[in-house]
Amino acid sequence: MANLTINGKTFTLDVEPDTPLLWAIRENAGLTGTKYGCGIAQCGACTVHIDGVATRSCGVSVSEVAGKKITTIEGLAPGDTLHKVQKAWIAQDVPQCGYCQSGMIMAVASLLNEKPKPTDADIDAAITNICRCGTFQQVREAIHTIASA
Amino acid sequence: MNKHVSPRMNRRAFVIGSAALGTGLAIGLDIPFGGPAVVRAADGSPEVNAWVVIRPDDTVVIRIARSEMGQGSLTGLAQLVAEELECDWSKVTTEYPTPGQSVARKRVWGDFSTGGSRGIRTSQDYVRKGGATARVMLIQAAADEWRVPASECTVANGVITHKASGQTTTYGKVAEAAAKLTPPAEVKLKDPKDWTIAGKGLLRLDTTDKTTGAMVYGIDVKLPGMLNAAIKDCPVFGGKVKSFDEAKVAGMKGVKKVVKVGDSAVAVVADTWWHAKTALEALPIVWDEGDNAKVSSESIAKWLAEGLDNEQPAYVGNRNGDAKAAIAGAAKKIEAVYNYPYQNHATMEPMNATALYTADKCEVWCGTQNGEAAFAAVLEASGLPADKCDVHKLMLGGGFGRRGMTDYVRQAVEIAKQMPGTPVKLLWSREEDMAHGKYHPVTQCKMTGAFDANNNLVALHYRLSGQSILFSLRPEALQNGMDPAAFQGVAQSGEAVFGYSVPNLLIEHSMRNPHVPPGFWRGVNVNHNAIYMECFMDELAHAAGQDPLEFRRKLMGSHPKHLAVLNAVAEKIGWSKPAPRGVYRGIAQVMGYGSYVAGAAEISVIDGTKIKVHRIVASTDPGYIVNPAQVERQIAGSFVYGLSALFYGGCTVKDGRIEQTNFDTYNSMRINEMPKVEAVMVPSGGFWGGVGEPTIGVAAPAVLNAYFAATGKRIRSVPLRDQNITFA
Repeated sequence: MANLTINGKTFTLDVEPDTPLLWAIRENAGLTGTKYGCGIAQCGACTVHIDGVATRSCGVSVSEVAGKKITTIEGLAPGDTLHKVQKAWIAQDVPQCGYCQSGMIMAVASLLNEKPKPTDADIDAAITNICRCGTFQQVREAIHTIASA
Repeated sequence: MNKHVSPRMNRRAFVIGSAALGTGLAIGLDIPFGGPAVVRAADGSPEVNAWVVIRPDDTVVIRIARSEMGQGSLTGLAQLVAEELECDWSKVTTEYPTPGQSVARKRVWGDFSTGGSRGIRTSQDYVRKGGATARVMLIQAAADEWRVPASECTVANGVITHKASGQTTTYGKVAEAAAKLTPPAEVKLKDPKDWTIAGKGLLRLDTTDKTTGAMVYGIDVKLPGMLNAAIKDCPVFGGKVKSFDEAKVAGMKGVKKVVKVGDSAVAVVADTWWHAKTALEALPIVWDEGDNAKVSSESIAKWLAEGLDNEQPAYVGNRNGDAKAAIAGAAKKIEAVYNYPYQNHATMEPMNATALYTADKCEVWCGTQNGEAAFAAVLEASGLPADKCDVHKLMLGGGFGRRGMTDYVRQAVEIAKQMPGTPVKLLWSREEDMAHGKYHPVTQCKMTGAFDANNNLVALHYRLSGQSILFSLRPEALQNGMDPAAFQGVAQSGEAVFGYSVPNLLIEHSMRNPHVPPGFWRGVNVNHNAIYMECFMDELAHAAGQDPLEFRRKLMGSHPKHLAVLNAVAEKIGWSKPAPRGVYRGIAQVMGYGSYVAGAAEISVIDGTKIKVHRIVASTDPGYIVNPAQVERQIAGSFVYGLSALFYGGCTVKDGRIEQTNFDTYNSMRINEMPKVEAVMVPSGGFWGGVGEPTIGVAAPAVLNAYFAATGKRIRSVPLRDQNITFA
């Protein structure tokens, strides 16, 4: 059993302590917006925020995040309106297949928290998610649009 | 339901959600009072025809038979229907009919196959007719109600007007009556130059849910009482399961059952996938690997190299004059041997399918590029007739050709069949996905070019050796043993024509089929053919002491469309002007999938091993462009996919199995490595070409030719990581 705080709610989940957070989120908490891509923290599709920091949830066990604040794509929006990254993603039609975009958006939201006006070099350093469709151009442009708003 | 989802997206989510729950788009026939039959959608709204359902609130539901996997054709096809329908685009939503419904209605939605860059180009005519036919019927219904001639009525944005009487109505109000009318025998389609919805870079219809986590992919399906399965297929292709020790994992947490799947795989079924996978890793399995376990990349390379020998038999795909004689008598000749490896599709979402089997029904929920092929696989694997089976299509987390295959669908049914009444979701681990791809085929190519004393190219011999996809997947498409698709991009005729005129030309294929299963990988045979031919063209230009662009131009006089896209990139990148200091250029062109494409790259190279790509320019002539914003994204995406394969890709074989296991050994480009792609769209009209694939053909050769310009060194082997060359 583990008590996890996800998107401001407490979940009591029937999982072993070494279960990767990704699978606890997807299968036990039932929040499927966070995606499985590789399971070895390479691709970033499973990126969530742990205490506000973008983290690849496949590489973190449930026992490591007890008492921490976990935010998934479903909880990114602060209230009834979408988060600024989601809005920009819609306005600029960023996703193609969209599978990597939950993780991409979480990574970008974290970057913008730290650096509200990131340079291209900042983007290059912080956004290391794989997108096989190749949406990088739109991702970069959308980040700059948000930063200049 | 996600509270942030816009109303339009709510409906879209509803369709997907209800499909996931098994209700699908239940279609019923309604014959009230003995009148004409009205076919109804799940919510009771009338179908005007198979493509168009209109709800009383004027929402237009457009049926899409082809699959959306990121390429944008769901939106593009809806634009084409809406264009002819003259409806209000802001009220358009889409839904997928199921293959089972289509079969039950004599394939009213036509082909479901979404591959070969055909999603739009091979259905544009009948979906446009679907929209136009519905428009005529809706106007007729209004005219009937008003007792005026239909010819006096006009329509715009779904509002029908009879100017003389001042009456107006909306599609939603007349749809019920329109659905009872006999469709017109003939309709006239708009000239694309008059398009107002199609041809525009409208926003996609499926974006919002992809930003909120609400979009349901195959991996996200939830059904009541559902269990989860993890699978391991014999790592050596063609091998079999000898035995497995179920007792060793039977007591592990969550484990429900261990099942054999076909004769080559074992699956663990558990409450969660994580439990299933954990148990599968602990499960002792003994394989009968068979003779294929002796095969390696080295043994394959040796076998393919033998096929480069002119004495070995080969199929001729394109011939002009007598190349061998012309080469023998030439003033100068040059020769080069290239190779291209296996590639995995590596879709971001690993293969998966959910199946529910009962004694008299079998349903599957999955992402598939070919709903009908998946449906056929369900029939075969379940042993049930067509009216007892169906496939519910979900969003694909990438396809690139991989999800046109049905191996994972078949496996899911075979597992579910051993647990009747319980829905089971089968998900492959990334490692399983890497080990059991349908790989881009392995090839080598020897090219010989010959010049006369004035450095005119007089002969070209292109000898390809390697694997045929059709031999493995569609043997019925072979022509007297020859794989015609092997010549994609260098063919004499068809949709992938060779763009150069050479007086003596011989293009041939020595077919060699290793045991590794090949598949259609974005761009398919255009990939290696374009690398070989376009890099060798560069070598020929260099040998002739001519500019690579000018050298090509001289050979392209009879291929004006090929030449036009080449000229377009040359102009955009500024070929006639010097590149910035330290920056070097490469150029390439090819025809594929009915479209003409060209690409140019500007790169710099550090120490011969670190490549920085500064600029990419790409042009395409697909005849018509339905959504330029999406075409631009397909062009850019083709470079990401093609350059990832060039730099980081390549699947190698050891002991009969694929060595790469995950993105750490089969990497993919990141944002820092990818420059902006400047797309130049030059649609010339009069034909319909594809968009998703052709551009990938020019991605690698443009960069490789630039590398030569920068270093004077030719790279003739992919991937670059094998030569310790990577991104700067």
